[in-house]
Amino acid sequence: MSAVIETSRLGKRYRRTWALADCTLSIPAGHVVGLVGPNGAGKTTLLNLAVGLLAPTAGEIEVLGGRPAASQVQLARVGFLAQDSPVYPGLSVADHLKLGARLNPSWDAELARGRVDRLDLRPTQKAGTLSGGQRAQLALTLAVAKRPELLILDEPVASLDPLARREFLQDLMEAVAEQELSVVLSSHLVADLERVCDYLIVLVGSQVRVAGPVEELLATHYLLTGPCRDPGTLPAGQQVISASHTDVQTTVLVRTDGEILDPAWTVAEIGLEDLVLAYLSQATRRRRRDNHQHLEVQR
Amino acid sequence: MIEFHLDGRSGVAPYRQLIHQVRHALRLGLLHEGDQLPKVKDVVAGLAINPNTVLKAYRELEYEGLVAARPGIGTFVTSELDGVPLAAHAPLRRDLRRWLTRARQAGLDDESIEALFASAFRSEREEDIA
Repeated sequence: MSAVIETSRLGKRYRRTWALADCTLSIPAGHVVGLVGPNGAGKTTLLNLAVGLLAPTAGEIEVLGGRPAASQVQLARVGFLAQDSPVYPGLSVADHLKLGARLNPSWDAELARGRVDRLDLRPTQKAGTLSGGQRAQLALTLAVAKRPELLILDEPVASLDPLARREFLQDLMEAVAEQELSVVLSSHLVADLERVCDYLIVLVGSQVRVAGPVEELLATHYLLTGPCRDPGTLPAGQQVISASHTDVQTTVLVRTDGEILDPAWTVAEIGLEDLVLAYLSQATRRRRRDNHQHLEVQR
Repeated sequence: MIEFHLDGRSGVAPYRQLIHQVRHALRLGLLHEGDQLPKVKDVVAGLAINPNTVLKAYRELEYEGLVAARPGIGTFVTSELDGVPLAAHAPLRRDLRRWLTRARQAGLDDESIEALFASAFRSEREEDIA
């Protein structure tokens, strides 16, 4: 399968701080990919590098097989919706469509007009007076009407109320069904991702913690509960993602391609949100432990 | 035409929920041979879910021989669910209700009734397999 975004040891530094460091990942085509991670994981930096708004300090990035924003053609192939869906407040809805038509060689005027009609946006209304949800919908209209092969969205629904959020995602999914787009969207709202994404990447501190088709991830992770035992004694094929103990009970989250055969365990499936949280907290625990070791050395 | 809904808290994969709802509608006589299933685009727009989820559900139903896709037109029901005709449901339902009344008279609450049914169902199936 071809990759829509491929990076190798990619890094971006602002003065002394690395916003993204040593990031290597591959995002397959034909999916709606959810990019999840805590604040500061480098999600926005990565997406800005992918659309060519930023230039890398180190490493390489290829988008649809080309260098980001390297040419007119490359620009036309990628649609981007930045955080908080920016529009021009002083321009009307119709002005935005005109602008889109002028700036994009493959502009689909019919699609744009159809969407604006359906969304009940008045063409003469200034974008600055639109509600948050309408603004996001207008920005999405511009991004899909340019008919990109890849649509990149940075936290598209974070600032929307639940209804506007649902409507936005409905519209996005409809565009995916109609245009066969590849989509990469970053978010920290895992509940929304669960419905719309079929591929998930968890990014923590510029590193991929886990990546794969959502269904495969859900089918290979199990929550095991049973009498106290050392997770180190689990069979070789079972990778421990997280473990917790009480005085009588042990709970572990394992990843395995095989079945859980040990009858001592009560086996439960795990939802996407819990799965993501387990990987996120695994990362923080590791960092705490590293800090701890660091202190030991200093002493 | 049926309308799909999703239960986000059920823990059941969305594509399975769609399959289940089609089978359920067939069983209850809401869908018949020749009826059209909602278009993928409409399901996607209605539920805000990934198109691949709907396609996967429809593919699986097709594999089971319950529906067939006509390219460019839609997906249609091709056969009724095998098994007991709807008419046979009524007496069974009557028996079950009678049993439920007895269970309540014996002092069982909803949860105990469900647990009892599920465990009896399971052990009966296990005996079948063994």
